[in-house]
Amino acid sequence: MTEAEIRRLACEILSDIAPDTDPATLAGDKDIREGLDIDSMDFLNFIIGLNKRAGVAIPEEDYPKLFTMDGVVAHLIRETQDLPGAQ
Amino acid sequence: MPSLGADMESGKLVHWLVKPGSVVRKGDVVAVVETHKGAFEIEVFEEGVISELCAKEGEELPVGAPLARLAKLGEAPPAAPPKAPEAAPKVIQVSAPAPVVETERATETPASPSVTQPASRLRVTPVARRRAGELGIGLDALKGTGIDGSVTLADVHLAIAKGVSSKAPSPAAVPTARRKGFDPDEMRQAIAAAMSRSKREIPHYYLTSTIDMSRSLAWLETFNKQHKPEERLLPAVLLLKATALALRKNPQLNGFWENGRFRPSDGIHIGWAISLRGGGLIAPAIHEVDNHSLPSLMGALHDLVGRARRGGIRGSEMMDPTFTITSLGDRGAESALGVIYPPQVAILGFGRVFKRPWVVDEQVTARPLLTASLAADHRASDGHVGGLFLAAVDRFLQEPETL
Amino acid sequence: MNEQAAKAGANRMTYREACRQAIREALTNDPRTFLMGEDVGLYGGCYAVSKGLLDEFGPQRVRDTPLAEATFVGAGIGAAMAGLRPIVEIMTCNFSLLALDQIMNNAATIPHMSGGQFAVPLVIRMATGAGRQLAAQHSHSLEGWFAHIPGLKVLAPGTIEDARFMLKAALTDPNPVMIFEHIVLYNAEGELDPDVIHVDIANARIRRSGRDVSILTYGNSLPKCLAAAETLAADGIEAEVVDLRVLRPLDNATIFESVARTRRCVIVDEGWKSGSISAEIAARLSEDLFFELDAPIRRICSREVPIPYAAHMEEAALPQTRQIVDAARSLVKPQ
Repeated sequence: MTEAEIRRLACEILSDIAPDTDPATLAGDKDIREGLDIDSMDFLNFIIGLNKRAGVAIPEEDYPKLFTMDGVVAHLIRETQDLPGAQ
Repeated sequence: MPSLGADMESGKLVHWLVKPGSVVRKGDVVAVVETHKGAFEIEVFEEGVISELCAKEGEELPVGAPLARLAKLGEAPPAAPPKAPEAAPKVIQVSAPAPVVETERATETPASPSVTQPASRLRVTPVARRRAGELGIGLDALKGTGIDGSVTLADVHLAIAKGVSSKAPSPAAVPTARRKGFDPDEMRQAIAAAMSRSKREIPHYYLTSTIDMSRSLAWLETFNKQHKPEERLLPAVLLLKATALALRKNPQLNGFWENGRFRPSDGIHIGWAISLRGGGLIAPAIHEVDNHSLPSLMGALHDLVGRARRGGIRGSEMMDPTFTITSLGDRGAESALGVIYPPQVAILGFGRVFKRPWVVDEQVTARPLLTASLAADHRASDGHVGGLFLAAVDRFLQEPETL
Repeated sequence: MNEQAAKAGANRMTYREACRQAIREALTNDPRTFLMGEDVGLYGGCYAVSKGLLDEFGPQRVRDTPLAEATFVGAGIGAAMAGLRPIVEIMTCNFSLLALDQIMNNAATIPHMSGGQFAVPLVIRMATGAGRQLAAQHSHSLEGWFAHIPGLKVLAPGTIEDARFMLKAALTDPNPVMIFEHIVLYNAEGELDPDVIHVDIANARIRRSGRDVSILTYGNSLPKCLAAAETLAADGIEAEVVDLRVLRPLDNATIFESVARTRRCVIVDEGWKSGSISAEIAARLSEDLFFELDAPIRRICSREVPIPYAAHMEEAALPQTRQIVDAARSLVKPQ
């Protein structure tokens, strides 16, 4: 997945979770949980969404890497490189 | 109209999901009711045939008012008032579960939007309202010529003279809908009322324990490693289950203070405080928490939080909590000393887990620690019971595999 | 002085003369009755109500007192309990506050506390109200306060007839009765019906009938309301004017009957609006007559200030006919 695709996907999932916010305006290094005021259940839903829609495995110990948008992008670029169909 | 909480005085019947003649079974959702906390699905307790809808869509009714009548299956729904007492349909005892509620229906515009109707509530003088009611004239048919545009007795009489047909008020007659969902201002008022009542009436006592969470979290880590994200558990479910099992051992904290005495509850239905985006919070129940497995509890919690935020909490979930947990989660403060939601008699607050020094086997070591704070009603229990309860919560969290 | 007798027939008189005749009649007919108060004797009363009575009845029956309201009201209570029928005059209702302890804690209370063993058949007369540029210390309307107190009867004569005959009824009542005579009305003049020699002190009276709106009032607001009704009639609005007469106990039956018929109500009260007798009546109407009302209840009361001295400001502070007309019209014919 490209960086733009990943950002679009992450924002879509987050918009569902926190409909009153605009995740696209979030700074790349800002903690998403703070920026959008989401709780652990919301964050789990975010992980579930990324897992299902990007098809990447996200073990629990990787959660802290996904606390920022930059982290999400870096992690998903790395994880989707090896997937079948990746460019 | 069921009571969906101690602070509820009335509710609005937003729409019916059944009509006269509908066959209903226990647990079917029959109506949607709206309160300041949002829209709730109302379910029926008994099997039968709806024989009459007493409440009209859009009508605001006090708690306890009949919504509909229910006849036994096999009996013809009486068109005329029933004569034999046995045939008298029962007033539905409603509560709630089952899915399905279409938002679209709640937001439907009335067929004939009234142009003359002011944006705010229609002003009708007391005598005009009474007379129109006696004559069965819909208030929307009336043009107000009284003070501040109010509909007066003369307007009612004029309408009769003009031959306005007597009929049941049309949907436009009732103040047009607040949209489905909660009103933050009203919810603020409701919280203010309930919490003020609590602090006014309930002599709270507080007990706090620090719980070593290393076993629980280690167990959770192992479990989650073996499962896909959607099957993983949050620490919250361990807290819920441990609390439920501790309540089973200390039933003096699970129930209600009513009419000057404590009434224990048969089931352990824990209200889980959920903050709503846009302000306010509700604490709907997860039923029979002590009988759930952890995965099923996780499913229930996931479903509950989702519905609380979207709308679609059932009436019974608002009525039934016997105890409340407020958990601050992984970004919260260290501890939470709660305010009891009357008529419940206790609330347990969990803070955020912090790594802190802890003495184990005479050695100081870093451990993930959780502060559990109980606020309980001193009329219903004493500190000794509270202490036993907190100790039990701790003990269960040290044996996560048994939860 | 018989001030009007020369001008008109024997039945035409001022409110002041009516009050005086009432006292004279009482002193003549009942040896147990006496009049007591500041300047009631030699001076003839500060509003000249008792002028000439000292000469007529002597100092035993018309007694000047020191400037000590609590003392002479207390003496009146004692005399009443001992079997006399005193009429105590207090100069103005402002000064009655000096005797409030005697009035409330003794006069109103003793019959109850003694289980009915002691009656207090005392009459206290005083001047009330504003409109004669007597400034804040002599111009207030405190009858609504006294109407708060169980055990008292509170009368507000608004007509020559009531000024003439309410005293007689008050003296026969076993309870302490307070009569509030309005300072502006003392000079009002009118004809007495020669057939009337008695009035009750239990009922309100409809002074003018109408079907569109009930105007409830008493005292010096009564003539203002009657004038307002006249103006409204020219506009096709038929206002009913109800003279409350008795502020405690209120005559619910007459008030409710009138308002239930007209379904609209304006209350005119020279007292301050907050916590006034008008507030009490409005509350009763909303409690008991809510479903008969076809408009909100309106009240015209004095502005919430100590009554000013300057004439134009005093006028602005008091209920006036124009406001009554406007309020009634707004209920019957909005826009």
